[in-house]
Amino acid sequence: MEAHVGEATAHRGRISLLPPLSAVEEAGQRALTFVAVLAGLVGLWEAYKWVWERFDISWPFEVNGRTLPHTYDIVGQLFEPAQRNGPLLISVLWDAARFTGKEAAAGFALGAMVGFTLGVALAQSKLLQRGFLPYVVGSQTIPILAIAPMVVVWLGAHGAEPWVSVAVISAYLTFFPVTINTLRGLLSTDPRALELMRSYAAGRWRTLWRLRVPTSLPYLFSALKIAAPASVVGAIIGELPSSIQDGLGGAIINFNQYYITSPESLWATNLVAALLGIGFFLVVVVAERIVVRRAPEHVA
Amino acid sequence: MSAQTDTAVSMRGVSKVFADGRIVALQDIDLDIRPGEFISLIGPSGCGKSTVLRIVGDLIQPTDGEVVVNGKSAHRARLDRDYGIVFQDAVLFDWRTVKKNVALPLEMVGWDRARRGDRVREMLELVELTGFEDRRPWQLSGGMQQRVAIARALSFSPALLLMDEPFGALDEMTRERLNLELLQIWERSRSTVIFVTHSIPEAVFLSTRVVVMSPRPGRVASLVDVDLPHPRTVETRENPRFFELVTTVRDDLRAAGEEGV
Repeated sequence: MEAHVGEATAHRGRISLLPPLSAVEEAGQRALTFVAVLAGLVGLWEAYKWVWERFDISWPFEVNGRTLPHTYDIVGQLFEPAQRNGPLLISVLWDAARFTGKEAAAGFALGAMVGFTLGVALAQSKLLQRGFLPYVVGSQTIPILAIAPMVVVWLGAHGAEPWVSVAVISAYLTFFPVTINTLRGLLSTDPRALELMRSYAAGRWRTLWRLRVPTSLPYLFSALKIAAPASVVGAIIGELPSSIQDGLGGAIINFNQYYITSPESLWATNLVAALLGIGFFLVVVVAERIVVRRAPEHVA
Repeated sequence: MSAQTDTAVSMRGVSKVFADGRIVALQDIDLDIRPGEFISLIGPSGCGKSTVLRIVGDLIQPTDGEVVVNGKSAHRARLDRDYGIVFQDAVLFDWRTVKKNVALPLEMVGWDRARRGDRVREMLELVELTGFEDRRPWQLSGGMQQRVAIARALSFSPALLLMDEPFGALDEMTRERLNLELLQIWERSRSTVIFVTHSIPEAVFLSTRVVVMSPRPGRVASLVDVDLPHPRTVETRENPRFFELVTTVRDDLRAAGEEGV
């Protein structure tokens, strides 16, 4: 086992004079790094706040409890009631995150599927690429806020629940990187591997599934890592024109109105939204570990 | 034609022109290869050795001329999976284990799982890789990867084996060992081999016949019959006749080069 770890380390091209770490030690070291970086960032925030307040610096903006609350006040706010005699903020935000998470997950799944299918379709011919790619790119130049109301109206007319519309809006942000990277991955196949498949008289379909798609997986997962947090952002933005109150988008609008009296609530909401996005990202990372079996130099 | 039954590969007046007619890669190649022969194509870089191989394999089409493989068109032969091919790089699929790489052509031919498993075991034994079934390609050395590629090419028992500088990227010692292994495999399988190389000793050691090609435009400059006894061993390389043949091929290559200039 020791030897295997050493081998893997050598394959990544790292040369280390230290003895190879065991799996437990490596995990411990990672956790330590994470905590150290987090503590460093919190320290920077608090130090900045202290220096700016102490010397009354007003550039680029005046620092006080309203513009930049203490980090511990933001976290502490989570454990205060959201409204007088109401449930704790963290429980309100937990429900909101679950709601938005559902929209984003559906949007991510839909966007990834549409994006992948479109990538596979476009990979079939140069003519299709030339014809359709400009519109694929064009779709992303339209602000999501301009499209969201239409989606809500169209799907609403068919009796779709509002969260479904939000999922579609989220999918609109998700599919683009997936299409572009799937296409790139499918076209990056080793020409000799294509000759090999040709020598087996393999048709287009078999070559696609046995060679091109496996080759494209690292590219696909790079795209999914971008798309996963984007789907959360898409869901939050999609909630705004749909007047959905149950999600993080609704919570952000709500706490925006009370920013003067309770800035920590909005900061805490942003913190939860960020955690949701990171959670989505991590799910993709884990899936990649399980699915992608490539030489270390092919895996990002 | 009755001649077709006793030729594995027959090329008649084959030419290949690349890049809008500006580069003549091959000019008027005539070549007959008998079943069971081990043929080496040798020549300077860019003389079109690999192009000959790819035309036989129907991976590219000749501009002119006729190619018959196993008594049928090269195209038909490819669709019938009449040949296996090995490149300079192993071209293994990273996402498959060693045994699944060897099984790839068998999946294409449509063998069931049990039959595939038996054959893969047999092939890995043949190339002396038993015990490495579940490794990933990147965990193997270059020589081992190339042996997997050979096992893959032979797994479905093709009548013809096309090899494009298969040992070109390996060190001298590994190359010589794999030469011996390849000859053993060839003697057992009795398949026809077309082997592209730019190493003169390698061509002489392996082949029954060496095809010497001229620099671009590639033509057949001479055919050298290799009358060294079989089976060939480490001692073959010390045989005076071996050195004579190496000298003959070298002289022919030089003559072909000067003719071209």
